[in-house]
Parts: sequence; C-alpha cells; structure tokens
Amino acid sequence: MNSLYAARRRRNNLVTFLSLAATAVGLGWLVLILGALLWQGLAGLSFAVFTEMTPPPGSAGGLLNAIVGSLIMTFLAVLVGTPVGILAGTYMAEYGRHDRLTSVVRFINDILLSAPSIVIGLFIYEVMVVPMGHFSAMAGAVALAVIVLPVVVRTTEDMLLLVPDTQREAAAALGTPRAVIIRKVCYKAAQTGMITGVLLAVARISGETAPLLFTSLNNQFWSTNLNAPMANLPVVIFQFALSPYADWQKLAWAGALLITLSVLALSIAARALAGSRKQS
Amino acid sequence: MVDVALRGGSLVGDQVVSRSKALQRLRLMDTVFRWMTKLSAIAVLLLLSGVIIALVEGSMMALRAFGFSFLLSEHWNPVTDEFGAIAPIYGTIVTSFIAMLIAVPIGLMIAFFLTELCPMFLRRPIGIAIELLAGIPSIIYGIWGLFVFAPFLQQTLQPFLIATFGSIPLLSSLFAGPPYGIGVLTASLILAIMVLPFITSISRDVFEAVPPVLKEAAYGLGCTKWEVFRKVVLPFTRVGVIGGVMLGLGRALGETMAVTFVIGNAHRISASVLAPGTTISATIANEFAEAVGDMYTSALIALGLILFFITFTVLAIARYLLLRVERRIG
Repeated sequence: MNSLYAARRRRNNLVTFLSLAATAVGLGWLVLILGALLWQGLAGLSFAVFTEMTPPPGSAGGLLNAIVGSLIMTFLAVLVGTPVGILAGTYMAEYGRHDRLTSVVRFINDILLSAPSIVIGLFIYEVMVVPMGHFSAMAGAVALAVIVLPVVVRTTEDMLLLVPDTQREAAAALGTPRAVIIRKVCYKAAQTGMITGVLLAVARISGETAPLLFTSLNNQFWSTNLNAPMANLPVVIFQFALSPYADWQKLAWAGALLITLSVLALSIAARALAGSRKQS
Repeated sequence: MVDVALRGGSLVGDQVVSRSKALQRLRLMDTVFRWMTKLSAIAVLLLLSGVIIALVEGSMMALRAFGFSFLLSEHWNPVTDEFGAIAPIYGTIVTSFIAMLIAVPIGLMIAFFLTELCPMFLRRPIGIAIELLAGIPSIIYGIWGLFVFAPFLQQTLQPFLIATFGSIPLLSSLFAGPPYGIGVLTASLILAIMVLPFITSISRDVFEAVPPVLKEAAYGLGCTKWEVFRKVVLPFTRVGVIGGVMLGLGRALGETMAVTFVIGNAHRISASVLAPGTTISATIANEFAEAVGDMYTSALIALGLILFFITFTVLAIARYLLLRVERRIG
C-alpha cells in the first residue's frame, strides 16, 4: 500500500519535472532564435541598410529597394484581400448563418488558411505569370492577397458572431434596412476585432517567401513598376543567405531582424487591441 | 423609419424625395450588398477550385509523359527530362514524421504544464511566448537553422549519434555517414520547433474545455495530477488532440523555406537521417525559378499537386475532428 503510494507520487513528480523541462525547451528555442537574430542582425544593421540599394556581390549596400518592394506588395495584398474577406465573412455571419454554403465556405476557408503557401505561389504562377509571360510585382501581390483572404474571412466571421443579436434587433425595430444594420451597427461593434484580423494577416504575409519566389521574383535595382519583377525582403534574404559572400549574408541577417521585429510588433499590437476590447 | 437610415442621405437638401422612392433605393442597396457578400463567399470556394484546376492543368504534361511511374521513380534528371517524385515524397513524409515524433510529446507536456501546473499569473505570458514561436516567419527559422543550428548539430549531436549507435546493427545505418550538419535530421528538428506552438495551443484549448467537475471528481478520489491528466483529461479530449496534431502535421508537410535552407536538396533516398535529402516543397522552392523547359516546370507543378493532395487530406481530417469537438462542447 505504502510502496504503491510512493510509486504514484514518484511518477507524478517525474511527469511534473518533464513538463517543466518541455516548457523550458519551448521557451528556450524562442530565446535562442531571437538572441541569434539580435546578435547577428544588429551587427549587420546600419544606416546604409535603409538608404542604399541591394549591392552586387562583394560590395557594401543596403536593402532599401527590398524594403520598399515588400511594403508596396503587402499594401496591395491587403487592399485586394481585405474587402473580399470582410464581405465573405459578413455573408457567413449575417445573411447565411445557417446556410449550407456557409458551412462549406467555412470548411474550405479553414483549409486555405493552412494550405502550403508554396502551392499558392504555383497557382498564381499558372494563372498570372504564364499568361503575362513574365514575373511581376502584381502577381506577387495577388499571391499574398490569397493568403490574406482566409485570415480576414475567419476573424470577420468570428467577430461578427460575437455581436449580440439584440443590437441587430434593436436597429431592425427602428426600421433600419439590413445592409445599414450590418454596416452601421455590426461593423462598428466588431471593429477592433476585424482590425486585429487584418493586422494578423499583415504579420502573416510580411515574412512569406515561398509564394513570392516565382511570382514577383526579385530585382536587384530600384523599381516601383508593378508590371515588372520587384525586390522584396524575404526573397532577398533567401538569396543572400545562401550565397557565399559575407556582405550578402550580413545583409540577410539584418533583413531577417527587420522582418521579425515588424512581425512581432504587429502581433503584439493585435494582441493589445484584442485585449483592450475585452476590458471595455 | 427610413429617415434614420437616410440621415445624411438624400433627404438633406431642398429636394423632396418621395418616401416610396427612397424605400426602393434602400431595397436595391440591400440586395446589392447582400449579393456582394454572397459573391465574395463564393469567391473563396472558387479560389480553392481554381488552385486545383491550375495545378492539374499545369502538371498534365508531366503526368501524361510519366504516368503512374512518376510516383514511383527516383530519377530526377532535368538534363534528360526524366522525372520521378518518390525521393521528395519520401523526404516530406520522413521529415514530418520525425518532427511529429519530437513535437507531439513536448507540445502535450507544455499544454499539460500550462493547464494543470503553472501558476495563474504565468499562464498568459508563457502561452503568448509559445505562440510567438508560431508567428516567426519560416525564413527566419531557415536562416537560423543554416547558420546557427546546423553547425551546432554538426559538432555536437551528430558525432554523438554516430559514435553511440555506430556499432548497433540496425541503428548504425540510420545514423550512418559523416556529420554534414545539414540533412534530414536537422530539417526534422527545425520542423518540430515550428509545429510545436500549433500543437501546444490547440491542445491547451481543448484541455481547458474539460468540465472541471470531471477533474474534481478524480481529484476527490485521491488521484495525482498526472493520473487526472492521463486517465480523465486525455481520454476526454482525445479527438481534439488528434485534430491539433493533424493540423500541425499539415503545417509540417507543407513547410517550405525553413526546410529548403537545411535539408541539402539531394534527390535520393537514403536510410541515414544524417544524409542530405529533399522534400516536395524544398524541391519546388529551389528549382522552380531556374527550371528551363516545359517538362521540368510541369514536373515541379505535378509535385505541387501531390503536396496539395497530401496536405488537403490531412487538413480536412484535422478540421473534421476539431469540428466534432466544437459541436460536443457547444
């Protein structure tokens, strides 16, 4: 009896220790990765990174064209993906809440949400790059928009479903048309949540590399032409990191640090927004 | 009534708009808005079918030329236009399998810690920190894996594995060859770190959904924390946990950049996990932009199609399982 009890206690202690160790491992990775990133990235970071173009091998330079290219494509992707996503989410939460269509779209959307991004790249290559005959920033932006879309659909639907029906009914009792209720009452109530969703989507695409590899490709020079290949941070990092040149590798680390910091800032901002909504 | 909706609209000004006309306009607007939302929802469906159609069309040429042998052949020779997909398929499955082997127990233990053991005030910060791991873009894992993790493994873990298992018959072939640093094992370890947060956060969510009464009843009988977790929480949440694991598996199978950096991109199947290999996504990422010739491109798109079907199946199962859990809770 006593030995059985002791054995159970021992096993419990062992598992407690293991779970502590597992948590330490998980947190340890985060520290290790961020630490290496800060260490190497700060060493590569300089004023020139923000003012000069990507250099040819063996000479110094910056990442200006890549940073601007990433910003342009991210902006366009959000511009295209967000409205469609919000409208689709609206249909699922408002008009077709109990529809067959809604449950199918929800299922498909969840699959799109975690579909491999490289497949999205192949898809856009087939439908945009091949017909146009060349790589372009436009194709890159559309590929990113395809990744933005499911994130926005998901959060819009979830947030609209949180709006109490009594608010809709109160507005309807005043004779307000459905479309106006949705835009003036529901959107307003779900606003912060929906913005959080867009922020998360931006965080998600700002580091995406795979869908850009064969849509926007890369450009060593300054270009804002949407119909031509455009430089972007992730692909520059990919290319520079795998190169044998020390200068390029240094820039790759600096770019990696920039991307990570912006992604972390975005997700912290999204969390802060979501948190402020809960408290109010 | 409609005046409320029209405030700031056409009733302002000296023009008098008849009520019926205003109503008609509102109705029209209502219908238009409704259809816009519906079309957007349908667009999501069309997007997925578009992906499938585009991939099938793009891969037709390769599939016609090689037929079923595309799936079975190990040859990958762009010069002679001979392509077979078995090496990347094998690499994809093996790396994901090893990654899950490592990530599932660790992820579940962290979820156990977060829901049962961790003091309240630490739960949120630790949970957020683990989720930040999920937010780091995969290219960051790639560059870290290549410059920091792979050299580290080359000097420590890999020589240790070779020295320890080198004389044991079966295991020696598993850990054969020189320690390159990059290779299948390195890719698997990086994948494990990447899917860890997905498994942790989903299993934490389903563990938290266990009715407290059930746990309290077990505690009342004198069970230890581990016994409650093992005999009450886990059986109750089994379906949800499997769903979370499948979701993580879906991620691991399709993960591209991190793997591309560290797997070595060698089109061969080797018994040793220390040897370089390749996965479907790494092959596409490495070779697509430089692929010359229609057959080469088509073969790569066919690889993408295979990857899509594998992940689609895994993700569909995951979503189905998680949906079942949601229904039971809701």
